[in-house]
Amino acid sequence: MSAVTDAASGRGFVPRSLLVPVVLGIALLVVPLVALVGRADWSTIVDDVTAPAALSALGLSLQTGLAATALCVVLGVPIALCIARAGDRLAALLRAIVTVPLVLPPMVGGVALLFLFGRTGWLGPILADWGFRVPFTTPAVVLAQTFVALPFLVLAVEGAVRSVGVGYEETAAALGAGRWRILLRVTLPLAAPGLVAGVILCFARAIGEFGATALFAGNAPGVTQTMPLAIYTAFNGAGVSQDTAIALSLLLLVTSVAVLLVVRAWRPGAPR
Amino acid sequence: MSAAARPSRAPIAAAVAALTLALAGCASAQDAPTASSQATEGTALDGELTIFAAASLTTAFDELAAEFEAQHPGVDVRPIAYDGSSTLATQIVEGAPADVFASADEATMARVVEAGLATDPVAFATNTLVLVVPIGDPGDVEGLDGLADPDRTVVLCAPEVPCGAASQALLEDAGVVPSIDSAEQSVTAVLAKVAAGEADAGLVYVTDAAASADVESIEVAGAEQVVNTYPIVALDDAADPDVAAAFVAFVTSEEGRAVLAGLGFGAP
Repeated sequence: MSAVTDAASGRGFVPRSLLVPVVLGIALLVVPLVALVGRADWSTIVDDVTAPAALSALGLSLQTGLAATALCVVLGVPIALCIARAGDRLAALLRAIVTVPLVLPPMVGGVALLFLFGRTGWLGPILADWGFRVPFTTPAVVLAQTFVALPFLVLAVEGAVRSVGVGYEETAAALGAGRWRILLRVTLPLAAPGLVAGVILCFARAIGEFGATALFAGNAPGVTQTMPLAIYTAFNGAGVSQDTAIALSLLLLVTSVAVLLVVRAWRPGAPR
Repeated sequence: MSAAARPSRAPIAAAVAALTLALAGCASAQDAPTASSQATEGTALDGELTIFAAASLTTAFDELAAEFEAQHPGVDVRPIAYDGSSTLATQIVEGAPADVFASADEATMARVVEAGLATDPVAFATNTLVLVVPIGDPGDVEGLDGLADPDRTVVLCAPEVPCGAASQALLEDAGVVPSIDSAEQSVTAVLAKVAAGEADAGLVYVTDAAASADVESIEVAGAEQVVNTYPIVALDDAADPDVAAAFVAFVTSEEGRAVLAGLGFGAP
């Protein structure tokens, strides 16, 4: 954008005729969602969303989404710090690795997880000897969600940490602060907006996860059937009703919009 | 064979294993066995029952499970996982924790048996196919020949799933080459698309067609020649083998048969 924007006035010289694709594109994004809202049966929506099957899917989505987000924070913040402070080559390599799940079809992630933890996978038989089975359990949902959501957290936090720079850290170090103290009192507070944005995007991505979950965790109501899977199952005519599917879709939509409103300040590369 | 034994992968494997253990902790609390019942004939059954059933059994098994729970108050039947038989079989073979599996055909059940996870499935019902169209037949499909017209929107079950295998056999017998717009993974997915009016025609089981108010059925000559037989089995790894066996016995009992017959399923 900066190439076409006049920095002095803050308003650029974008050709006005570009409005045509802009309007068409925005319409493509918004009108289908309006159609979804229009299809909802408002008289029964409360009943649909509070039906036992719907509540079960909703509750499971929230629990697994929160667990996955926590796991992403524990694993992702250190990765982000590492990338932000690594040399160019190592940073590029790590960033590429972290970005892979973002561009990969989630189904591929699900198959890969199954080939690691599955009955015939690398780790599956070893864990089975210890009495643990991961696929088709609630923890499998969390792992699948973490797999697809981690890049969102890492990239957001890395951008924030990098943009803050190391100046304040050097000052703190010169004043005698240790590494942990610098991390907790300087680096993370300065990167807080990026961290918040990353956490929220990560959570939104986790509760929307479908492909990897479907393959790796399956579709058992109450155990692995999250909202996206309940919607898919309902749309295919089994399980909860189609009205419930529409109601759940709306709920996911509302959640997503709310999440985006919370992170409205988040833009790639934006100053805090 | 053990991947973790190789030095290069050991640290990663150990890290992942540690993580997995931490995660599995929250599942084991929830999966804690309610009671290790020593139930034999005549004593009360208790425990949890996880059923994986073909999508076409949705109505029937919801009813059967409710009856079974009513007769055995100590048994908690978990919400049943309904999906295409083929999807369920794959999940079971890959380690999904099911106690009972009911498939819409014998070939799909055979995959689970061949994987060494169950023995001696029992046939409990049969089903045949019927052509369904939205109310009023807006696509003028009229008969099986209508499925060959590329201008109509035709959805069928994918050949890999039981209703798809049956559809293929039926169409081959009739000498019709269908112009398929979408190959679905379960019969309920086909029915849902026809019922919504998004497709002009599809082939589903007579039981599904009878249960839907949003489609019209068109009898197909030769449909009675293509019969799907539904087998059910208690899996060897069932958490509570007595409960699983009791449910299988219930489905195949006079009482179970009556429920199935009431919904249009044929006798095995």
